[in-house]
Amino acid sequence: MTRYIANRIAQAALLLVGVSAITFLLLYVLPADPVRQIAGRSATPETVETIRKQLGLDLPFHQQYGRYLAALVQGDLGRSYAQKTEVAEIVGARLPATLLLMLAAIVCELAIGVAIGIFGAVRQGSRSDTGVMVLSFIGVSTPQFVAGILMLYVFAVRLDWFPVGGYGEFRHLVLPALTLGLLGAGWYARMMRSSMIEVLTHDYVRTARAKGASETRVILLHALRNALLPIIPMIGIDIGLFMSGSVVVESVFGWPGIGQLAWQAIQQVDIPIIMGVTIVAAVAIVLGNLLADLVAPFIDPRIRIH
Amino acid sequence: MKALNSNKLALSALVFILLLIGAAVAAPWIAPFPPEETFFDGLTLEGAPLPPNRTYWLGTDLLGRDVLSRVIFGAQTSLIIGIVANSVALAIGTLVGVTAGFARGWIGSALMRFTDLMMCFPALLLAIVLAAIFTPSLWIVALVIAMVNWVQIARVVYTQTASLAQRGFVEAVVSLGASSPRVLFRHVVPHLMPTIIVWGTLGIATTVMLEATLSYLGIGVQPPTPSWGNIIYENQSYFATAPWLVFIPGAAIVLMAVAFNVLGDALREALDPTLAHRRGVGHDR
Repeated sequence: MTRYIANRIAQAALLLVGVSAITFLLLYVLPADPVRQIAGRSATPETVETIRKQLGLDLPFHQQYGRYLAALVQGDLGRSYAQKTEVAEIVGARLPATLLLMLAAIVCELAIGVAIGIFGAVRQGSRSDTGVMVLSFIGVSTPQFVAGILMLYVFAVRLDWFPVGGYGEFRHLVLPALTLGLLGAGWYARMMRSSMIEVLTHDYVRTARAKGASETRVILLHALRNALLPIIPMIGIDIGLFMSGSVVVESVFGWPGIGQLAWQAIQQVDIPIIMGVTIVAAVAIVLGNLLADLVAPFIDPRIRIH
Repeated sequence: MKALNSNKLALSALVFILLLIGAAVAAPWIAPFPPEETFFDGLTLEGAPLPPNRTYWLGTDLLGRDVLSRVIFGAQTSLIIGIVANSVALAIGTLVGVTAGFARGWIGSALMRFTDLMMCFPALLLAIVLAAIFTPSLWIVALVIAMVNWVQIARVVYTQTASLAQRGFVEAVVSLGASSPRVLFRHVVPHLMPTIIVWGTLGIATTVMLEATLSYLGIGVQPPTPSWGNIIYENQSYFATAPWLVFIPGAAIVLMAVAFNVLGDALREALDPTLAHRRGVGHDR
């Protein structure tokens, strides 16, 4: 087990180096010049060259990346071009907002998705089951910004129940978390429904029914735990998805997380920040997958890690 | 086709998709106005967009252009990007997956390690960086989406090819002396067709959503060329007073994605029952 974890962590580290190399290369090759952004339009060619030298951007690619990687392994993400502060500090300041939203969204999609999925499975083949399936198709087919603007229009503009945007209180969290949660619930509902239908055909469920357990008891006590198994890796994947896809929902609701930070950085060609956010997101994706693999055997003792 | 017939939901999705393709092809004839023309009577005296009315059935946008015409022409944009981006992604994904699954050895493992690496890439972030730095045109947007979407296809194709390569019939044709390309294209690839068709259909839904998202951020297809995403991007400041400007193209995006998801899901069931649990989607009905 320890060896397995050590192996996986080593693999994860390699993957992160790979992700950072490719992102760095992309930003190096692409036709956007960070120095022009920093120096401004009126800068003389001499000033531009001095800044380029100072930042080490005149060096060939392998030297630039070598420097970056050497700093990275010591936990140094460099300095922002635009804000002149440590990238780690800037990203760290924005991270709690994104993590909070992610956590709330996962709670929402789990609660809604699992409940709806069980409902569909129990009523399998009925009209309400078809309704559930259609709803879940709509959930997986709606882009976040469309759902987000709809939520804003209905609950903030029309009904005035929640603020249009902002951060700091619970009421600010409700709409963005529900937007992500309702859409994500589409995936969970479909998975939960088919998994529950499958589990309900097992012998032990028949035994439970035969000895006279009520249907509620059979479903919630006997079947649920097994039916939940395929849901766990989905949570792991979602951690990565939310961390790397937070740009959209954060810009709809003005949520001050790493997504908005990345978005500003991309427009300012602030390469250290773009790199920093990409690496944080990649770490989340790798960790999410690792977590999914590690948690499974605790919930289902039949799963062994080799 | 038989499976589609028994599934009313999938059948209506197919009909909707055919109508959509029809509308996109016939756009110049069925759209009431040219999509890029601004009308003097298309704005109120205060310069605000008009709500749906008798002349402009779905209202006008912030520049006084006909929304219905823009939505109809937007279908062209969505379909072109859907088809182009998806074909490129399918081609790359299949090529990488087949090669890795069949060649094994160091080529195979190198290709799959690279695919694993791409799986750890924050995809949306990557797409946004690429789209923001290049001047986005229809083709660039399609390519960016393809660069993001090929990865999953490669994984699925790889798993299938690797298991096919061990089957008896492949061993048989290899021992009969068939050349590698012949084995691949005559014997392995035909077995992959169901997978490719299913992923091609589901992929269009993903592509449409991703294109709309990039356009909504202002880095997708650039106005005045209408796309459902950039109609929302251009008009979002009016969403409180003129919500139809956001919700009509929004509904178009959702309908198109639902249709392709429903059809892809039905095809998956009809063509390949072993695929049922992949992508976290269960089999239904």
